[in-house]
Amino acid sequence: MARLFEMESLSASYGGSLVLENVNFYVQEHDFIGVIGPNGGGKTTLLKIILGLLKPVGGTLTFNNELLNSNSIGYLPQISTGDLNYPVTAMDIVLSGLMIRKKVISRMTSEDKRKASTVIEELGIKDLARSPLSELSGGQLQRVFLGRALIGNPRLLLLDEPGNFVDSTFENDFYEKLKELNSRMAILMVSHDVGTISQHIKSFACVNRNLHYHPSHEITNDDLLAYGCPIQLITHGEVPHTVLKLHN
Amino acid sequence: MEQSIFQYDFIIKGLLGAVFASITAGLAGTYIVSRRMVFLSGGITHASFGGIGIGYFIGINPVIGAAVFGILSALGVEYLSVRHKIREDSAIGILWAFGMAIGIIFIYLTPGYSPNLMSYLFGSILTVSNADIAALGIMSVVLILYFLIFYRAILYISFDESYARTYSSYVDIFKYITTSLMALTIVLNIRMAGVVLVLSLMTIPPNIAMIFTRVYFRIVLWSVVAGFVGTAAGYIISYSAGIPVGATIIFTLVIIWVIAKGISQVLIKMRGRDGVKKF
Repeated sequence: MARLFEMESLSASYGGSLVLENVNFYVQEHDFIGVIGPNGGGKTTLLKIILGLLKPVGGTLTFNNELLNSNSIGYLPQISTGDLNYPVTAMDIVLSGLMIRKKVISRMTSEDKRKASTVIEELGIKDLARSPLSELSGGQLQRVFLGRALIGNPRLLLLDEPGNFVDSTFENDFYEKLKELNSRMAILMVSHDVGTISQHIKSFACVNRNLHYHPSHEITNDDLLAYGCPIQLITHGEVPHTVLKLHN
Repeated sequence: MEQSIFQYDFIIKGLLGAVFASITAGLAGTYIVSRRMVFLSGGITHASFGGIGIGYFIGINPVIGAAVFGILSALGVEYLSVRHKIREDSAIGILWAFGMAIGIIFIYLTPGYSPNLMSYLFGSILTVSNADIAALGIMSVVLILYFLIFYRAILYISFDESYARTYSSYVDIFKYITTSLMALTIVLNIRMAGVVLVLSLMTIPPNIAMIFTRVYFRIVLWSVVAGFVGTAAGYIISYSAGIPVGATIIFTLVIIWVIAKGISQVLIKMRGRDGVKKF
């Protein structure tokens, strides 16, 4: 499978301290990678580097320009970034996912609005299209922001802690939705909540300053083992779980 | 005859002033209120009083001095908050008092009596010149065009700045330009409502609109309408009762806000919360 982007001995610093060091990592078409690791370990920084919000201090990040450019990345940030009392509708938010292709002068065409309606319908929130954000529940907001990430038909979808604001009734739907999307795009999902991470994830990247990649063939249902990332797995007996090998 | 021509001129001026004040205050106010910049705007307003004082002292039009002070302080606070170098509310608090202090010192140092000082503090339609009205008219056109052309960019940057940075490298420049326009709008409206009251002219109309709608452009439209009703009614009351216009306008706007709030509460009681669906 073709690679979408590749990081070579990449280092990044945030607020003066080195957060990522000597990271070698690539993402291929149709990958579904769970990015896990402790808080402050550099998971979000990894996304910021891919989004171009942060420049690496060392090493390189190379995009496969035929498959991926900054226009074809969809991004679902942690929910805390926007002001949820701000007077915008769900439709407005989904449309904002198209801003990346627009110049500074940015009118939304009827074609744009049709696209937004399709995405909104696909996510099952058609009735809420004209509702202000302040009237939506956590799960509904989740879908609206996912719609913003999807409207541009991305080749790569970046999800930052999507479990944080999913209500439990929507959680299964959400992960099913991701599985379906994965047939169209590669997904990189950041989560510290390993216990409920999607079972559809094909491989893992452990980020704690360094990045350890665990390809799918390495993943087995072996006994619970402590591994390099200081994470506790909290699961109920019936929940399927995945245990990764120790880092060397 | 002379009397009626004078009255006619006076009424036209007041009416135009009300139209332009409500358009500029509606557009700027919606931005200020939805971006939660009310306190910052208070700081800008009072800082610009320093420019009024210096304008008097060196003998230029005080509005120009106020505009320079207003825009510089707005850019300064935006810059500092982007850099996270300083606690924003403290910076605004300092700016607020410092501007007033400079204004008072320079007006005191200006030789001769300054008859218009009260009109700058509390607003007075009597001292509003044709040039002031024209400036507000031009500002209305500029703001309408600016919001029409850049509506989406402004909307999305105000909503979620960090997401906007993922697709645009113009986020900071937009914030600086928009905030400068807000500062200029505030300064031009000082002639109508005065330093002390102008902030309410910006913030009450959007809050009236937000009782009934949570959609940005509808808030703008209803703010302009509410602002015009309040300004025109306040102007007429002030003229017939012989009381200061700025204070009367703000008083009228607050009464409209109370009535609107009361109506929405009654509707909620009658039909339940879902019966008053925000549109």
